[in-house]
Amino acid sequence: MTDTTEPGPASGRPPGRVLLIEDEPNIATALGFILQRDGWQVSTHSDGATALDAVARHAPTVVVLDVMLPGRSGFDILSGIRSGPRPDLPVLMLTAKGQAKDRARAEALGVNRFMTKPFSNREILDAVRDLAAT
Amino acid sequence: MTLTFNLLVAICLGYVAFLFAVAFAGERQSTRGRSGWLRGPTVYTLSLSIYCTAWTFYGAVGYAARSGLEFMTIYLGPTLVFVGWWWFLRKLVRIGRAERVTSIADIVSSRYGKSTSLAVIVTLLAVVGTTPYIALQLQSITLAFGVFAAPGTNASELHGLALWCAVGLAIFTILFGTRRLDMGERHEGIVSAIAVEAVVKLLALLSVGAFVVWGLNDGIGATRAAIAAGPVADWTATPGRWAGLILVSGAAVICLPRMFQVLVVENTDERHLVTASWAFPAYLMAMCLFVVPIAATGLARLPAGSNPDLFVLTLPLAEGRDGLALLAFLGGFSSATSMVIVASVALATMLSNHVVMPIWLAAQGQGRASISGDVRAVVLRARRISILAVLAMSYLYVRTTGGTAALASIGLISFVGIAQVLPTLAFGLFWSGATRLGAAAGIVTGFAIWGWTMLLPVLLPGVAALEAPFGIGWLGSSSLFGMTGDPLVTAVILSLGLNTFVFCLVSLVASPTPMERLQAPRFVHVFDRTAQPRGHRGGTAQADELLIMAQRILGAREAQDFFFGEARRQGRDRDLPETTPELLDRLERRLSGSVGAATAHAMVSGITGDAPVSVEDLLAVADETAHIMEYSARLEAQSAELTRTTRELREANAKLTALGRQKDAFLSQVSHELRTPMTSIRAFSEILREEDVPETDRARYAGIILEESRRLTRLLDDLLDLSVLESGQVVLDRVAVSLRDVIDRALAASGETGLHIDRDPVAEAVHVETDPDRLAQVFINLVTNAARYCDAARPTLSIRVAVAEAVTVDFTDNGGGIEPDARDLIFEKFARLSERSATGRAGLGLAICREVMARLGGGIAYVAVGRGTTFRVRLPRMVAQAAVAE
Repeated sequence: MTDTTEPGPASGRPPGRVLLIEDEPNIATALGFILQRDGWQVSTHSDGATALDAVARHAPTVVVLDVMLPGRSGFDILSGIRSGPRPDLPVLMLTAKGQAKDRARAEALGVNRFMTKPFSNREILDAVRDLAAT
Repeated sequence: MTLTFNLLVAICLGYVAFLFAVAFAGERQSTRGRSGWLRGPTVYTLSLSIYCTAWTFYGAVGYAARSGLEFMTIYLGPTLVFVGWWWFLRKLVRIGRAERVTSIADIVSSRYGKSTSLAVIVTLLAVVGTTPYIALQLQSITLAFGVFAAPGTNASELHGLALWCAVGLAIFTILFGTRRLDMGERHEGIVSAIAVEAVVKLLALLSVGAFVVWGLNDGIGATRAAIAAGPVADWTATPGRWAGLILVSGAAVICLPRMFQVLVVENTDERHLVTASWAFPAYLMAMCLFVVPIAATGLARLPAGSNPDLFVLTLPLAEGRDGLALLAFLGGFSSATSMVIVASVALATMLSNHVVMPIWLAAQGQGRASISGDVRAVVLRARRISILAVLAMSYLYVRTTGGTAALASIGLISFVGIAQVLPTLAFGLFWSGATRLGAAAGIVTGFAIWGWTMLLPVLLPGVAALEAPFGIGWLGSSSLFGMTGDPLVTAVILSLGLNTFVFCLVSLVASPTPMERLQAPRFVHVFDRTAQPRGHRGGTAQADELLIMAQRILGAREAQDFFFGEARRQGRDRDLPETTPELLDRLERRLSGSVGAATAHAMVSGITGDAPVSVEDLLAVADETAHIMEYSARLEAQSAELTRTTRELREANAKLTALGRQKDAFLSQVSHELRTPMTSIRAFSEILREEDVPETDRARYAGIILEESRRLTRLLDDLLDLSVLESGQVVLDRVAVSLRDVIDRALAASGETGLHIDRDPVAEAVHVETDPDRLAQVFINLVTNAARYCDAARPTLSIRVAVAEAVTVDFTDNGGGIEPDARDLIFEKFARLSERSATGRAGLGLAICREVMARLGGGIAYVAVGRGTTFRVRLPRMVAQAAVAE
């Protein structure tokens, strides 16, 4: 369920690992491609139910988390992370629903960044870098 | 002015519109609670004047022209009853109010143990006796119109007029007679209209009379001379006939359904009888004041052969007084219409309460709430239909008899018929021993003799069998039991006499049922039961005990105020009052406002101990309790109604909230489904814009963009399709088509699915009438769903057609099936059960299938049979050819 790719050619930056929790394969492919090109080691996980295990296993620097996931919602996973062994793990949430109350909910749960799909690739890369630097 | 026929019709319509307005105003006044004068003795007395119908308005003159002063008997009977029998009327009215009587049939039934059969008998008697009488009113209107009609107007046109009169009267009566059920069957609108009509007819007759005496005959002296010279003076009073007629008309004024309606049912205050007991006879005297002068003058002045029944109209017309003739016409019109309206209300009440409702209740089964809305609706509908039926019967009577009999004779026949109720009613009010069987036997006997000797000879004139049935002469209708005197006197004596005799005889023999035993004293001793405080000797009672009791009933504050007020009155400040008889009476009166007079009396007596509480007292207490319980039941019903309304509001609110939530969820899902492909498209477009992407990736990414654009298009198509289907604006193109063809098309359109398809071509040879494109759309959805979700190693889809009451097509795959708790969800919009759907359609497919099948008159369902997933599509069978092999 999880694919891991080595950092791409542009890797000259501090090593970091991004865990991509996203069930839409095409979006995962696109995100994986740009993050990898930006120098990240990317792991992709598509199932909500086992996402927390993946977090524990991969020990990522940053988590990119979709809201609508099969098995378990992104909100649940976020609160699982916040109450887990690494409560301050930076999390970037992506949602296609775009409702204000989703953003409020995510922020209440302690999300670090909340972005709405479709996104600009540049913004995603900037956001992941910002989060990794904190 | 010249009166043309059309002008007359227009004036009539105007007058009727005026009556509608009066009735509306009366009704409005009473619903606003400002019906003071409407419920006064004047209106009550005027409403009694419906005794004077067209028969008395036109017919009295005709009667006088034919038989001299004998017409006076029709007025003397009621006069004697109102002046001499006022105590009987008072008892009748008191009982009517105490027992909430709704009709003459109701009072008889109620007195004799609430007997349904008795009520039905009286109702039948009333209908049979009254229908010709109503017919007579319709006929009088047409006759009066005929006077004004151009010579040569044929009879059928006049009958058409009678029809329109009947229709108009039915509308009026239904409007104001069946508007509501409460208010104790009172109809303020109708009463105010007939009060106005009473004034109009009296004025009309007095005007014509005054015109005849002072306009045509030069004063009273000359009129007397004219009368003495004419044939009217030449008459002989036959004592038997006079007595019979006075008896019958006296009975009629009590027993006629319409008279009972205004006299008892519409009565709002017993004291109005005091006024009516002199005012009503005075009204009657005024009505007959000029009858003889008009008759004598008509006979003297009008050409021989003129119909004396119409002198009131023809005399002014012959003298060129068109305005007066018009007034007379309106007077006659008023007499006729007011009688018809009240009579049909009374008959409709009886028919609906005693005939229709018992049947309806029996048909509905027992145990239904008596206050529920549907019963009220049924009663009102039954009334309306009864009114229509009564008027229709009367109209038919006019048509079939063709108006042969003289006006007066039908009136008299009706009087004698309805008088058959009198013995039962009168004895029932004064004799506790009268029984239900006796009443039924008496009425049926009188009814039969009346029908045989009076009604049938008029209905079937010249039929020989009436004179000697089975060849037995003494059974002949004009010489029954060998009595050959004046036929009217014979009929009255025989019917009423045998009626009374049989009634008494059977009553003496038959023993009353327990219910009758209970009801009889309520009628016979009504005055004892409903009397005012009956006095106390006082002295022995303890004032503090009385105060405690009063506090319970009135509340502490009010009771203490009352007692200390009484003490101050006795000069005993800051102490309890002496229990003087005056104090006890005042206390009892005060308490009776809360618990009823009988209960108050029993309670005060219980404490003072100065009068034992009798069984009748207890019955009266029970009675009052019943009234209070009825009141409280009504309150409860109201509160239940309120609770229901609140609940309905809450439910509606919850439904709205749920709908709002559904809308939000739908929008959010649409947003998700649109943004997801757009995200891929945007991300890959941005990637492709850069130059460092390897060529292999470039082609792959362009492919993804294309795929996601298609997905977006499909989603938009589905959304639009669903919205069209749900709004019901879809256009279906139904043709007869073979299921096999549709399945072929669907499989071809689904493309290469990787599914193994298992079909049964023979069973598929079924024709259905449907929109093949839409049906194929459903099938394609099911096939692609199976291809997408079937998780078997070698996915197989079997398609099976079956024909029973409907045509069904089952699509069964060999996969793992759908979890039970998800089965309800799959037909909802955006219901996605697993992540595998992510690449496919947006989850609208089955929702669309459900809508399509609903539009096609069939359905689609998930069926749990064995393993795998089965979707069953149901289609209506073709009507003529259920299954046609190809």
